[in-house]
Amino acid sequence: MGKAMLEVRELTTKYITRFHEDVYAVDHVSFTVEEGKSIGIAGESGCGKSTLALSLMGYYFPPLHYTSGDIIIDGKNISGMNPDDVRVKILGTEIAYIPQAAMNALNPTRKILKFIEDVILAHDPKQSKNDIRDLARKRFEVLNLPADVLNRHPVELSGGMKQRTVIAISTILSPKVLIADEPSSALDVTSQKLVIKMIRDMMDMGFIKSMIFITHELPLLYNVTDSILVMYAGQLVESGLAKQMIFDPVHPYSKGLMDSIIVPEEGTRDVKLTAIPGTPPNLKNPPSGCRFADRCKYAQKLCKSFEVSMRKFGEVSPEGDTSERNRAYRCLIPVHELKESYDKEREGGLSS
Amino acid sequence: MSEQAPTALASDLRQDATGIPVLSGKGVTKVFESGGKKNVAVDHVDFEFRQGELVSIVGESGSGKTTLVKMLLGLTAISEGDIYYMGTKRDISTRGKKKEYWKGIQAIFQDPFSSYNIFHKIDAVLLDCLNMRGLGKLPKEKKLELITEACSFVNLKYAELTNKYPFELSGGQQQRLMIARIFLLKPRILLADEPTSMIDACSRATILDMLLNLRNETGMMIIFVTHDIGLAYYISDAIYIMERGKFVEHGKADQVILTPTADYTKRLVNDVPKIHQPWDFSVNFGK
Amino acid sequence: MKNTLKQVFGSGQFMMGFVIISLIVLTIIIYPLFNPGNPLERIGIGTFFKPGTYVSAFDTVNARQFYTLNLPDAEAKRVGSKLSPDDRVSMMEWLVAAGVSEEDIDIEDTDSFVQLWWDTYDPNVRFDSMTTAFRKKIGRIDVALEGILEDMDVIIAKEGEDGSLAQSSVVAGSDYVNVADVANVRFLPLGTDNFGRDVLKEMISACRTSLLIGLLAGAIATLIGLTLGLLSGYIGGIVDDIIMFVTNLFTVIPGFVLLILISFSIGQEQRGAPVVAIVIGLTSWVWTTRSVRAQVVSLRNRDHVNLSKLSGHSLLRILATDILPYIASYVIMAFILQVCSGILAEAQLSMLGLGPKTTEIPTLGLMMYWAMAYTAHLGGAWWAYFPVVILIALISFSLNLMNTGLDQVFNPQLRD
Repeated sequence: MGKAMLEVRELTTKYITRFHEDVYAVDHVSFTVEEGKSIGIAGESGCGKSTLALSLMGYYFPPLHYTSGDIIIDGKNISGMNPDDVRVKILGTEIAYIPQAAMNALNPTRKILKFIEDVILAHDPKQSKNDIRDLARKRFEVLNLPADVLNRHPVELSGGMKQRTVIAISTILSPKVLIADEPSSALDVTSQKLVIKMIRDMMDMGFIKSMIFITHELPLLYNVTDSILVMYAGQLVESGLAKQMIFDPVHPYSKGLMDSIIVPEEGTRDVKLTAIPGTPPNLKNPPSGCRFADRCKYAQKLCKSFEVSMRKFGEVSPEGDTSERNRAYRCLIPVHELKESYDKEREGGLSS
Repeated sequence: MSEQAPTALASDLRQDATGIPVLSGKGVTKVFESGGKKNVAVDHVDFEFRQGELVSIVGESGSGKTTLVKMLLGLTAISEGDIYYMGTKRDISTRGKKKEYWKGIQAIFQDPFSSYNIFHKIDAVLLDCLNMRGLGKLPKEKKLELITEACSFVNLKYAELTNKYPFELSGGQQQRLMIARIFLLKPRILLADEPTSMIDACSRATILDMLLNLRNETGMMIIFVTHDIGLAYYISDAIYIMERGKFVEHGKADQVILTPTADYTKRLVNDVPKIHQPWDFSVNFGK
Repeated sequence: MKNTLKQVFGSGQFMMGFVIISLIVLTIIIYPLFNPGNPLERIGIGTFFKPGTYVSAFDTVNARQFYTLNLPDAEAKRVGSKLSPDDRVSMMEWLVAAGVSEEDIDIEDTDSFVQLWWDTYDPNVRFDSMTTAFRKKIGRIDVALEGILEDMDVIIAKEGEDGSLAQSSVVAGSDYVNVADVANVRFLPLGTDNFGRDVLKEMISACRTSLLIGLLAGAIATLIGLTLGLLSGYIGGIVDDIIMFVTNLFTVIPGFVLLILISFSIGQEQRGAPVVAIVIGLTSWVWTTRSVRAQVVSLRNRDHVNLSKLSGHSLLRILATDILPYIASYVIMAFILQVCSGILAEAQLSMLGLGPKTTEIPTLGLMMYWAMAYTAHLGGAWWAYFPVVILIALISFSLNLMNTGLDQVFNPQLRD
């Protein structure tokens, strides 16, 4: 087991609405990202995945508020730090954050190199401009970005190139954690692939030590991250390796998500797509018990009254399979029972 | 509101196009002019859509697919070329003729939240469809019956919708209400412009299934416009691939996606992340 | 709809503005009921009577009964009412400027001080450093000093048939009259203006006229702006080009200059309040047109409009049901601002002497114009213009407050 780069323990954050109601968008979330690993977060819109990204940065501004829990980056607890300290001491060196619209955040009147100088000088005012230029050029070279981009203005670059440039700028200080929130969703598929390739290269070369990747596109997540967390209504409902999560989901909600994947590959045309009925609960007053129970076709009586926490499979799996070691899910029904129901349904679907 | 999982496989609902051509175009072109600069959004496209067919038009943003949709709907004038509706050249020169044309072609748009007039209740939206079909004079009970039928077609209960505003529904439900509207209007052709792109993946299947049912029950010709090649592959009988205002490739879905011939299609299929085959990073088309 | 209203009235800023403007409107309606009569009646012969209660001197001396009150500080008060400490300082300044040595002046000793003043003061003497306002003030003080040192009883005499005077009564320093015994008492809370009209009564009537001018001007400007903006934005093409050409033309010419020119060329005789309001309305629709057009252009391509077209609805129906409701909140906000700027424009025009015909109706702008023309600001007659300024500011403040409140409710970008 590698060294933990990011450890999140029972993190809870809330929005306070203008009617002074508390909305817990991230509710007791815990996970660990090891050095050199990447983790993906999947879920429907409004499940709290983007709020989780904002919360992890420790950079809170109203209406988002920190409630409880720990965020530990490479052994250092940053939860509860004040936003100004976070901006100076954490962003850039410990954590880099790339939102979907990052490419539109560049001031159009300045050259790319200027942004890099800003980032580096903010953390080390003594660096000489020549050193910075050399560093930037070298970094751009290994990432397959043309070096002359450094002397251009943001408006001269295409959307995909701009997004890659922004990622290169924000990771110039080799942060320990990269948080990427839908970094490629606004791009066409070819640019998306180049962005993903660059992020993977940066992981391989150690420019970023670990990554959290958030997207609603499951095939993308499968190709980018080592493991996947599924979020529902502010809580984690299942975690596991990417392959296990895509092809062998256990939680009924993850199962529903995975069954809605559409890819242009042979044979996929004849697979039955399923939908999850209903809508996610209102987080202003979440239902008691399992939050998914209302939409779950396997729900039992107890589900609506009994709240389950994340359970590791090791304790549940009868086979004792070691690859299941790191998996966990939040459901009352035992793993083997769920899997049996899924198998039965699949056979039923094929025979009809 | 209850929703049921789709009951039939998409493949069972697909069919081969044998019907008569309902909508076709020859050299359809749209040129935007601003400040002396000419911008060709749609560049001499030819197409032929047949009765009962479900055709996808696939293109990325900026490919001109939205402009083409507007021309097909008669919301934007055509710069050059002709569109043929039911075999004869389309004539929408007067408001009366336009109205007649729109009885035959209707649309579902991308964003359900901006598709409804927020000041109109659901009842008004649905009643308006009956007026358009010339059924405005039917007795109230009969109208109610038709509306209830349309709602149950999309798994919504009219009793739960009446006196509500569309924005009180979820995105998926709103989009289903759009389909109910189409069910009431029963046009020959339905243009669905990215109807699922604003909707969560887990409600997407329901919408797709309803579109397929609509086609199967009424023999409606559906033009499905999307940027998602996987989605196009899943739902369509035939696919047109659009790049920079031109159709670079078209044919049956299997043929276009599994054995693409145009470079652009190849790149598109290759660059989409996959789960059964490895995602190919090696080929760089140098953009 | 109900919800929107609830939200609007839940906004603190809107409520505050609404309460202020409601109070003003209520006053306009209720005050004339209690104090009827022509607001332009000239009750005072003379200019700028200061605020206060006016008691008929004739009725006072002819009062049914005099009461003797022995009040110890009566004398001091009598002197103080004619000569305040502030007046004494001003007088000393004048004396020092006139060359009297500061040591020779005993400001506390009323007798010698006033005597010195009478010996030295000459209204025709001017110093370089003396402002007109100061000169006028000194003149007023001098007049007030008359009779200050006399402490004899006052003899009231009546003229006989033959022209001889016969003493009828004697008024001593300790004689008092009960106000209830005086038949004619008039309370003028804000005094009178240069024509001798009751300022408060006039101001309330003027406020009504000004609000009506603002409403009419705002309604005209909003109506023109809305119509042109809707047509230009929705139809586009050549219609848009023509309307935008005209709009741009009016944008380039400063609206206020245009307003001055039109007002001037209409001539004094034709310039009633409605005419002024119409002229203001006709010159201030430009920004409404531009912003309505911008809103409509962004709405024009919305899917609900496309859907409405596909449903075969007519142009007018689409404008009325699919466009107008969406910009209604915006139009209301624009209207409020137009009303406000209409009131201000009238005030500005009137200050330049180009307001409504000057003698028939009061407006807030006209009141300021007359106050300025008769140099009320130099004469210390603050009551003739300051309440008017406050009232205009209050109207403008409350309307802008309502607008900001509405903006926060309707503009999603400002929502927190």
